[in-house]
Amino acid sequence: MKKVNYLEIEGRSGGFLALLGVLGVILLAGLVGMYHMEHNGHYVTGMDNQIVWGMPHVFAVFLIVAASGALNVASIGTVFGKAMYKPLGRLSSLLAIALLAGGLMVLVLDLGRPDRLVVAMTYYNFKSIFAWNIILYNGFFAIVVVYLWMMMQQSMNKYYKAAGFFAFFWRLILTTGTGSIFGFLVARQAYDAAIMAPMFIIMSFAFGLAIFLLVLMLGYRWTERPLGDEMVRKLKNLLGVFVAAVMYFVLVYHLTNLYATEHHGVEKFILAGESEHTTIFWFMQILVGGVAPLAILYSKLGASRMWIGIASILVILGGLAQMYVIIIGGQAYPLDIFPGMEIINSSFADGNSYHAYTPSLAETLLGISGFAVALLIVTLGVRVLRFMPDSLSDKDVDPHHKG
Amino acid sequence: MKYLHMMLVLLTVVLLGSTTAMAEVPSPKIPKGNAEQCVEPTQEMRVNHMEYILHQRDETVYWGVRTKKHSFKECINCHTVKDDAGKAVTFKDERHFCNSCHTYTAVKIDCFECHASTPTAKSGANPHSSINSLIKMSAAGSKE
Amino acid sequence: MSKPEAASNGMNRRKFLGAGAATAAGLSVAPGISLISVAEAKPVDQTISSDQRWGMLIDTNKCAKGCSACVDACNDENGLNTGDEQRSRQEQKAQWIRKVDLRDKLTGHEVSLPLMCQHCENPPCVDVCPTGASFKREDNVVLVDKHICIGCRYCMMACPYKARSFIHEELTNQLEYSPRGKGTVESCTLCVHRIDEDTANPRDPACAEACNAEGHKAMIFGDLKDANSDVSKALKQHSSKAIREDLGLNPGIRYRGI
Repeated sequence: MKKVNYLEIEGRSGGFLALLGVLGVILLAGLVGMYHMEHNGHYVTGMDNQIVWGMPHVFAVFLIVAASGALNVASIGTVFGKAMYKPLGRLSSLLAIALLAGGLMVLVLDLGRPDRLVVAMTYYNFKSIFAWNIILYNGFFAIVVVYLWMMMQQSMNKYYKAAGFFAFFWRLILTTGTGSIFGFLVARQAYDAAIMAPMFIIMSFAFGLAIFLLVLMLGYRWTERPLGDEMVRKLKNLLGVFVAAVMYFVLVYHLTNLYATEHHGVEKFILAGESEHTTIFWFMQILVGGVAPLAILYSKLGASRMWIGIASILVILGGLAQMYVIIIGGQAYPLDIFPGMEIINSSFADGNSYHAYTPSLAETLLGISGFAVALLIVTLGVRVLRFMPDSLSDKDVDPHHKG
Repeated sequence: MKYLHMMLVLLTVVLLGSTTAMAEVPSPKIPKGNAEQCVEPTQEMRVNHMEYILHQRDETVYWGVRTKKHSFKECINCHTVKDDAGKAVTFKDERHFCNSCHTYTAVKIDCFECHASTPTAKSGANPHSSINSLIKMSAAGSKE
Repeated sequence: MSKPEAASNGMNRRKFLGAGAATAAGLSVAPGISLISVAEAKPVDQTISSDQRWGMLIDTNKCAKGCSACVDACNDENGLNTGDEQRSRQEQKAQWIRKVDLRDKLTGHEVSLPLMCQHCENPPCVDVCPTGASFKREDNVVLVDKHICIGCRYCMMACPYKARSFIHEELTNQLEYSPRGKGTVESCTLCVHRIDEDTANPRDPACAEACNAEGHKAMIFGDLKDANSDVSKALKQHSSKAIREDLGLNPGIRYRGI
């Protein structure tokens, strides 16, 4: 095993510029959508007083969850001491910061008063999980930047292990905080479950790794740097384990709810209802985002990088679907304000039928642009700083490599 | 920070004074309020009006103090500017009292996103009143 | 702000007469100190206090199905949906109080009631608000400080009564005592602008006033901490319930007949 040599990418090719162009256009479209929403007010969106969090939250929470998961690869190297993962630490950290930035941008731009961001940073209600999250997100940026610095400056290398441990614990708390945004809401039938926090952590493992795998494989392919099969095989197997774990948590969550009669209504609504949420749950979340990637990753197809890439994309799509069902589906099921009573008339859309939600183009574009921001940061990051080893071939990174 | 802010404001005020004398530089036309004198000396209000408004804001929102002296409502009531038809102009109009200076100094204010920029009709009732406000008024009347 | 002074000039005549002998005994413990808290007139320059807690008892037996006097009065009083909020869809329009008709699933018994912010003692909206914009006054009126509301809508996710509305478009023509604007969240204020005029004998909130004017008298408003207020007496006499009592939020709005 030779010493890892990190190098910027050249970034002069037409492909590089085209990539920047495409991402820039997506970002621009999102910003136009955001301007439309903020200029007119949220009446131009599909959101209303029933569905108060819409498409931007689906993307924002997905990206934030994926951000903490993307750091996992670095943690495996630093915290768990797996030598093979160590060369991936820098890229993993960069991706984590980038995804968080993308998610937060979407979250902030969907606020009713995004111009008051400074208020969010200066007024804190410490009982609010949102307020904790503001601190956790800002802290995450700071800690991962320090972690990167420790990894990238030779004289600071001796501290990188400590920074890596700290970053690992911080990210676990961060995802716990994100899951608890929903887990601590007693008012809504679909939330109010402590399992939300660990489920979000395991979701972050899967989503973050899926995005990391895609970035890694495409990055090394486009720069024509060697990437060893053994490394890809290890990562894809890990992705399979995480996807299976997510499905296990989803199963336990629904089984718990199914046991309690109180929750039968919302379970029937999600699992066997007439709304789009049932379709999205079974088809997108379970089939496309769970069963299909598992089948690919653990069959012969799993040997092909193209199929691993497809499986990663499916995991991302399934993850977005899962966020949609959690966030939109959870709100679509009407609040049980009067247990035992049937609401026969209300002027404020209470009642027994679910709340419909049709996302507007603007809010969807804003959500998607979060991805563009994250990938722009990564693309520019690897262009200007040394995040990517010039070779990740098996003989260069695996101490036990034979042959 | 606060001193810096005050210095800046003072500087602006002084500059405004001197430029008015010079006449060739446009200066803001600040309309007079409806009373002889503002609740604090004019110079003090020019520099520190926001401090008074902010203080009173929190007193009212959190502690239910609704004295008139420094209340935003009274600012609006007194500093009305009427158009040719005799109707008070809103913040959308450049003649509005707050606009006259804030446009000039290019300081954006957020107050009128939510607050009324003209006095509410004296009856206290909604301008878009319906039969309900009539009921309300008669109910209020019978209570006296 | 000396207490005895407030007590001497603030003892409202009607309250004093209504208090009767029971209060007289309470007052005799020591000068200026009363065992039963007696509402004291708050001059407008004095702050509200936790000696009072505003609330309401809503008698669903008296609430008429199909009557929306309270909703209309609230809309008028606070300038909601008055020509301005035309671009918002029905599900996006603000509603601080709404009428809900219910049927008991087992017995078929039907009731009609007004539902608004329940002014909880332990309000989930206040817990979750990241900036503290959602807050509870000393007298337990739950409000939004729209100056620091960033429009994140977490409070709307947390409220078990769906009592809050988000303003989906730019507004003009607000009323001077009811500031409201695009991108912030709002809900029933229990007409605090009326309460603050005279805390010893506040005018009823617009909804209750309209209900009385209609002759239904289904909503009794008052100080829950004053044992002699109409609402306290009515609460003591009859059984009543809080909506979603199981959540332990101790709302200030109570209902009879549900």
